[in-house]
Amino acid sequence: MPLVTTPNFGEPGKQYFRAFSPGDDFYEALIEMHRDLDDERSALANARLVLLLANHIGNLAVLREAIAKARAGL
Amino acid sequence: MLKTYIYPRYAYRRPPGFGANAPVRHPVVVVGAGPVGLSAAIDLAQRGVAVVLLDDDDTVSIGSRGVCYAKRTLEILDRLGVGDRCVAKGVSWNVGRTFFRTEEVFRFELLPEAGHKRPGMINLQQYYLEQYLVERAQALGAIDLRWRNKVVGVQPREDAVALTVDTPDGTYTLDADWLIAADGARSPVRRMLGLDVEGRVFTDRFLIADVVMKADFPAERWFWFDPPFHPNQSVLLHKQADNVWRIDFQLGWQADPEEEKKPERVIPRIRAMLGGEREFELEWVSVYTFQCRRMQRFRHGRVLFVGDSAHQVSPFGARGANSGIQDADNLAWKLKLVLDGRAPDRLLDTYSDERVAAADENLLNSTRSTDFITPKNRASHTFRNAVLGLARDHAFARALVNSGRLSVPAILTNSPLNTPDADTFAGPLVPGAPLEDAPLARAGRAEWLLDALRTQRHDDFAALVYADDAARVDAALLEAIARIEVNGVRVAPHVIARTPGGAVAGHAPLHDVEALFARRYDARDGTVYLVRPDQHVAARWRAPDVGRLRAALARATCND
Repeated sequence: MPLVTTPNFGEPGKQYFRAFSPGDDFYEALIEMHRDLDDERSALANARLVLLLANHIGNLAVLREAIAKARAGL
Repeated sequence: MLKTYIYPRYAYRRPPGFGANAPVRHPVVVVGAGPVGLSAAIDLAQRGVAVVLLDDDDTVSIGSRGVCYAKRTLEILDRLGVGDRCVAKGVSWNVGRTFFRTEEVFRFELLPEAGHKRPGMINLQQYYLEQYLVERAQALGAIDLRWRNKVVGVQPREDAVALTVDTPDGTYTLDADWLIAADGARSPVRRMLGLDVEGRVFTDRFLIADVVMKADFPAERWFWFDPPFHPNQSVLLHKQADNVWRIDFQLGWQADPEEEKKPERVIPRIRAMLGGEREFELEWVSVYTFQCRRMQRFRHGRVLFVGDSAHQVSPFGARGANSGIQDADNLAWKLKLVLDGRAPDRLLDTYSDERVAAADENLLNSTRSTDFITPKNRASHTFRNAVLGLARDHAFARALVNSGRLSVPAILTNSPLNTPDADTFAGPLVPGAPLEDAPLARAGRAEWLLDALRTQRHDDFAALVYADDAARVDAALLEAIARIEVNGVRVAPHVIARTPGGAVAGHAPLHDVEALFARRYDARDGTVYLVRPDQHVAARWRAPDVGRLRAALARATCND
């Protein structure tokens, strides 16, 4: 299964009336995670989040593809 | 200073009843002749209510201010009689381009979805909208427009609201059964009543400029994140009528608003953006900050707050004027029923319930846009730039780029006026949703769904009865629907058929020529929608039943 790079956010069973809503819901939660954290702890929270999500995905082929795309151009 | 527009001056006249012994009493007084107050006054006047409209000034909005008017607003303006003028004068735009630093990240086509009378969005300077609304209000006999009438006192009583009004002739008083406060973000009415409005002030400043350009420049929306000509800030460019371009520069909180407004500061900024050789003239400049906040409720006894007086959003997404006009649209039919004694006054509490929910949706979306465009800490800045960096190659990241979620109407899913679905339906036309337009035909002549509903009496609800073949619709059923009456409120039946022809006793059916009604409403033979006077869905069923229609009508008017 290749890495999904098309919009893919949503919550099962929930009806979204606007296409942008689930992505914006996620983005708000992501930014909210950093509230009141200093830069060092912010970076740590991001690292923890990546690790948790990576384990959830599990499939190393998918993770390698994501790693390559994240690194591209930097 | 303005080169493309001459401001009308509306004459002050000594108010009727000035100097009388007792204050004259009026059913409805509206304070504020901006787009929202004018919309409310016109809607009420079209329903046969005499309205006094007070405004402390004698002209329209100075500068472009509200620029973008969305499809739902245009549909409301159609019902108010100014839709055609606005669309004819306004600029429709289809292409949006997003830039990050020196590169274009992506472009989107805002091609209006086919099968709607009105486009997704037009750009039009606010002064044109106000002028058209004023001219419409003047043409309607029922509106007493009083310029240079400034409300300086508000005294709520059990049976009326007493107003003290300042004019060039001096002060007079009048009583209103109902007062609509459309007097803007700083609402003197709200202040005089000592009412609060709560929320967030954003610590940022924006410079907005109206610029006339002689050279052709495409009718596109351009949005820059961190451009080289204005580092670390955002810039938005929009085309308006008369070759006037609206430019919004984010300035940052440290900027000095008086300094920034000076032409010697503004012109170099614009020159850096447009390139040195392009000719332009500066028409209007302003600096603003904004707030995201609302009143806890929009009804306080006999005073009803609409538009900016009740709620304020950031400008990203054009949700200010658009939502205010929807407030007026929600309020007018309810107030008319209450004035007539055809609904109890608690129907007006649902104005507050429904529009508070809409305001919360607008606040949520405009706050999110603001947080994306002007990140407040390092982490959100990093994520913002990461999203922009991925957007060129990855569709998911493009969907996350938030340069304003453009105004769409609220779906009033939790309204107490809705009758919840008992049958199964797919799609977005749930109870509480505003109608979606659809191209239909009557006797072979093209007719839009939303226009077709305007042929009924103003305060009627509509029953949309869908059938495969209009000839097989039970005439007795349509008669029974037309006879439904709840405390004087009635229902006008409309037959919409999959196939052409087939007149049914006294009703010329509407043919669903492109089958878009069936698709958008998930309609099958026998499907019925009950529609409110503001064209929101009240209820729907798979099979018509007069008893259930009557019960849903009672619920939608608080007559249950």
